[in-house]
Amino acid sequence: MIPAPFAYARPTTVDEALQAVASGGEDVKILAGGQSLIPVMRLRLAAPETVVDLTKVAELRGVREEGDAIVVGAMTTHSDVITDPLIARYAALIAAATETVADRQVRHRGTFGGALAHADPAGDLPAVALALDAEFVIAGLSGRRTVPAAEFFVDYLTTALEEGELLVEIRVPKHEGWGMHYEKFNRVAQAWSIVAVAAVVRREGDRIAEAKIGLTNMGPTPLRARGVEEALAGAEATADAVAAAAARAAENTSPSSDLNAQADYRHHLAQVLTRRAVTAAAGL
Amino acid sequence: MTVTENAAELAPAKEVGQARRRKEDARLITGRTTWTDNMTLPGMLHLAVVRSPVAHAKITSVDLTAAQQAPNVVAVFSGRDFAEEQGSIPCAWPVTPDMVNPGHPSIAVDEVNHVGEAVAIVVARSKSAAQDAVELVDIDYDVLPPVLDMEEAVKDGADLVHDQLSSNTSYHFVFDAGDAGTGANTDEAFTDAEVVVSRRFIQQRLIPAFMEPRSVVVQPQGDNFTMWSATQVPHVLRVMLAMVTGVPEHKLRIVAPDVGGGFGGKLQVNPEEVLSLLVARRLGKPVKWTETRSESLMAAHHGRGQVQYVDIAADREGNVKGLRVRLLADMGAYLRLITPGVPALGAFMFPGIYKFPAYRFECDGVFTNKVPTDAYRGAGRPEATFAVERIMDELAVELGVDPLELRRKNWIKAEEFPFTTVAGLEYDSGDYDAATQQALELLGYDELRAEQQRRRESGDPVQLGIGFSTFTEMCGLAPSRVLGSLAYGAGGWESASIRMLPTGKVEVVTGSTPHGQGHETAWSQLVADQLGVPFEDVEVLHGDTAVSPRGMDTYGSRSLVVGGTAVIKAADKVVAKARKVAAHLLEASEDDLDFSAGKFTVRGTPGAEIGIQEIALAVFAAHNYPEDVEPSIDADATFDPVNFSFPHGTHICAMEVDTETGMVKIRKYASVDDVGVIVNPLIVEGQIHGGLAQGIAQALYEEAVYDADGNLTTGSFVDYLVPSAADLPHFDTGNTVHAAPGNPIGAKGVGEAGCIASTPAVVNAALDAVRHLGVSDILMPLTPERVWRAVHQGGDGGDRAPAGTNAYGGAQTESTAGVSTDASLGGEL
Amino acid sequence: MSQINVRVDGVDYTDDVEPRTLLVHYLREQLGKVGTVVGCDTSNCGACTVHLDGEAVKSCTVFAVQADGSEVTTIEGIGSADGALHPMQKAFHEMHGLQCGFCTPGMIMASIDLVNDNPDPSEDEVREGIEGNLCRCTGYQNIVRAVQQAAAEMNGRTAGAAETMGAQA
Repeated sequence: MIPAPFAYARPTTVDEALQAVASGGEDVKILAGGQSLIPVMRLRLAAPETVVDLTKVAELRGVREEGDAIVVGAMTTHSDVITDPLIARYAALIAAATETVADRQVRHRGTFGGALAHADPAGDLPAVALALDAEFVIAGLSGRRTVPAAEFFVDYLTTALEEGELLVEIRVPKHEGWGMHYEKFNRVAQAWSIVAVAAVVRREGDRIAEAKIGLTNMGPTPLRARGVEEALAGAEATADAVAAAAARAAENTSPSSDLNAQADYRHHLAQVLTRRAVTAAAGL
Repeated sequence: MTVTENAAELAPAKEVGQARRRKEDARLITGRTTWTDNMTLPGMLHLAVVRSPVAHAKITSVDLTAAQQAPNVVAVFSGRDFAEEQGSIPCAWPVTPDMVNPGHPSIAVDEVNHVGEAVAIVVARSKSAAQDAVELVDIDYDVLPPVLDMEEAVKDGADLVHDQLSSNTSYHFVFDAGDAGTGANTDEAFTDAEVVVSRRFIQQRLIPAFMEPRSVVVQPQGDNFTMWSATQVPHVLRVMLAMVTGVPEHKLRIVAPDVGGGFGGKLQVNPEEVLSLLVARRLGKPVKWTETRSESLMAAHHGRGQVQYVDIAADREGNVKGLRVRLLADMGAYLRLITPGVPALGAFMFPGIYKFPAYRFECDGVFTNKVPTDAYRGAGRPEATFAVERIMDELAVELGVDPLELRRKNWIKAEEFPFTTVAGLEYDSGDYDAATQQALELLGYDELRAEQQRRRESGDPVQLGIGFSTFTEMCGLAPSRVLGSLAYGAGGWESASIRMLPTGKVEVVTGSTPHGQGHETAWSQLVADQLGVPFEDVEVLHGDTAVSPRGMDTYGSRSLVVGGTAVIKAADKVVAKARKVAAHLLEASEDDLDFSAGKFTVRGTPGAEIGIQEIALAVFAAHNYPEDVEPSIDADATFDPVNFSFPHGTHICAMEVDTETGMVKIRKYASVDDVGVIVNPLIVEGQIHGGLAQGIAQALYEEAVYDADGNLTTGSFVDYLVPSAADLPHFDTGNTVHAAPGNPIGAKGVGEAGCIASTPAVVNAALDAVRHLGVSDILMPLTPERVWRAVHQGGDGGDRAPAGTNAYGGAQTESTAGVSTDASLGGEL
Repeated sequence: MSQINVRVDGVDYTDDVEPRTLLVHYLREQLGKVGTVVGCDTSNCGACTVHLDGEAVKSCTVFAVQADGSEVTTIEGIGSADGALHPMQKAFHEMHGLQCGFCTPGMIMASIDLVNDNPDPSEDEVREGIEGNLCRCTGYQNIVRAVQQAAAEMNGRTAGAAETMGAQA
């Protein structure tokens, strides 16, 4: 199918992009990698008046080090994320989860920031960002602001981005010495997650000092499994302790029912996958 | 498959049996193809079909004005515009004399009966202009309750799909072996039986999902029309379009150019083909229609769709005594080309390879407000094979015996062929035990059984199961007289011609139209052997009714068995005609000529020889040929088989089931198929692989799901899960060879074998893994959720939630609300 | 309309396109590059895969305007100038990695991209690597063999990794 007609802008700087969005009319869509937007437009489930394409905004690409964080440009492609040495060193979870996104062609086009701003509850990267306590740098005509991950994901497909704003970069605290694992559950290779769990675990000897657990597709937004995290903090690094903690993974979640899974099954999966993710992340 | 080839030892090298690389590939691997959608004609207009967003409704008003006024729109039509001339999509298979056919308009006039039914057509100068105007067509509907569940639909007082009919039942088809004289009284067999096992199985709806979307181009030239279509059946299409539209058959030429897969899905007279022809005739302009994938999934016919009630009777020793099958077969809203015949064709295969003394089959064809069903790879036989192979496992459990031993005890022995079954079919040849032994070895059966035991004993969360399918199928469709006795509207013969060109090259014309099967290569091998000419000197022509005027096309694993035999017979006639010319030219008696490796030689006269390719030139020049013959050695042949052929095989699946999540994973898959004599082992292996993929996909991934309003929830490849390479296992395949006695090639057919056999093997394997946990059935596809529910909550895993996908922001079917465009402002993936 | 400059299979083009024109439709309808096909609406099937600046992309999920200033390679541009097949094309033929051939252009383009990144992929790596391309005919097994054989040839190895089949080429 062919999308409905639209006006097209291709800025080369963030400032130009913000201007283009501001002058784009009522219904402006921002095109990052386009790997979700273009299919939706082809199906004519979206018919924006203006599309602002960020692919030529060079300043939004790449990963850099900044003090105790790494900063990922919103337009860094999934492919570049997977092979980036800074991500491999400080936040390997991002690469691990990104490798499970769609397929290699889509990963060549799709972007880290685009996936986060899309905020699909079945998308893999929001829960990862949440588990890593990432911060989202948002640009608007009046300047920039930073929003923690916990506040960025507001609702189903809805983020803290206000009209006219752009997500420009994501700051991820360096996680040196942490174990990480992304446990994804889906039916076929290309499919979106039915449920997935991002686990980030810091051990001190025989104990788990700290754990951060992000849940994919367990509600309209990505969630932290706070109950599991509490139970793991200071717990013995044993299979039993992990299993006991993981049993709390479904607390305060509100997953949907769809073709692939009904809510009670998702509750169950969250527990099993959390146990597996934490076990792997803790090196057990 | 192990391909053991040693051509050097064969002298002269026979082409048949060699793994020739395909001739077809040259254009396909370089992108130099002629898919229908590649066609562009001067002045060509583009059609877009407006489709019903509701499953069941009366059309109360149609307003085309806005669409007609849209830029670059040439015309917009509703059903009313074609009501008088569109006729009905033909149904060639009235399976019972009193079958009810409500008629199938190509475009709805007064009512719609499934989501996706055509309600208007936009004709525009560009594809995008046509699509833009689709949204401007305004049709009002008075919505009626949709009929979606067959078991509800056949109850008294059910809502009706067609309110002019008295029920939702199209036909009631019965085959009773007792009445037919092919078996004992079934009721008595059950009354007397020591053990009866009864099950209800569901054959979910599937979507053929050929990779090339359907596409049609029609060019009017005076009172002639040429149609290019992505069809499996150009010949059938020509006859049927002539009958439906009144365009005289001789004024209609159909071309199936390169066709990207079919699997039965392009064995159809499609509404869009009729409409394209009608629009081209109305406007006098060339037109093109190419579907989108969403349209294809929604509006091209589906397959399967049965509720099966199966009873098996046996004695305590495990001798089967009777089989009773009652089906509800989902017709969908209308009857298309062979919609009612698919389950009826399956009627004869439920007894499988077993010696049932008694058998009764009943089937109700049931209307629902869904797109019609029709042929899909196997067409009736996968459903039958699934039922018998599943119920044999259930009987084995009931009797406490090994499922393979139960099969072995009841299957037809090698020395019993030919064997007439309780369904009245004469199975031609085979050795079920030999195939089974080889499959067990390929699988590494004993080791896997030992591992299964270890996992059981240790309570491993990942359990292992092994499932069997020892199947046969009827191929080589079909003996025309048998089709006649089943009330099918046509014959099952196939036609071929061979044209010997002056330079000695050979054109083979086949009526069996390929769409990926490799006819050009295999037919070349046949002819190379038969005429003794080089493989490279043979060109195979097909798919154009002007080039290949007679044919019955490709489906039902018939091409090699029937079409290939026609080629052999035509070649034999060429040789016979050439023999007369050779005798004349060599001044010898015909009786003294030998024909070998393309040359006629005179016995006892060394050096007196002439090649058949030289004879072709001689008759072209026609300066010197016998008085009593025509100056041509070209020949035609039509072959009508006297019996079906019966490929068989043993498929064994080893399956891991993660009992914590319900995820299933095929650990190993081994199959040994007997498809008769193999012309090209490479092609045969490829056909098996592809069939396995589709059969496994039915077991694990695919299902056409409708929501409570009759919307197709699995309306894109996001939700209709065609498996990728990463979702399928490696296949270990092998063959036994028992030549089919019914054709000179000895081939039995291979196109559907893998698809028919694999589905029950996979499900049986999954059940074998968790049977000890109290599970006795799981609905297909075996989604992780269903498996998990069956293990932890009992039952068959239950229905899936028919709600929309999560992908693309909750996009459901096109007819339901889409994504909020405001919600994701600020970025996209 | 937007004007784009794009190099496709070694030839430079300057064309006006509507912003909504998908790259695949531009290739097929404006340039006549019909070797690249469309199989779905949702970027699942991969039949439309081409290389955009050297990387495999689904050309149904890229707007033609986005290819402005870029180089596109399609199935029609991977053979050498003298008409010789690319090793991946050759391997698909030799290993019978296609039947109807509709998915084949995309499958070959994705496979080349995979081998560019991973010169010696295992069977599982090939299967994962082509997860974005659907084939309905082959069951993929011969495609996997073909990719492994081509990987060997592209990287100067003999075809040890792939199972050799048959006697006759």
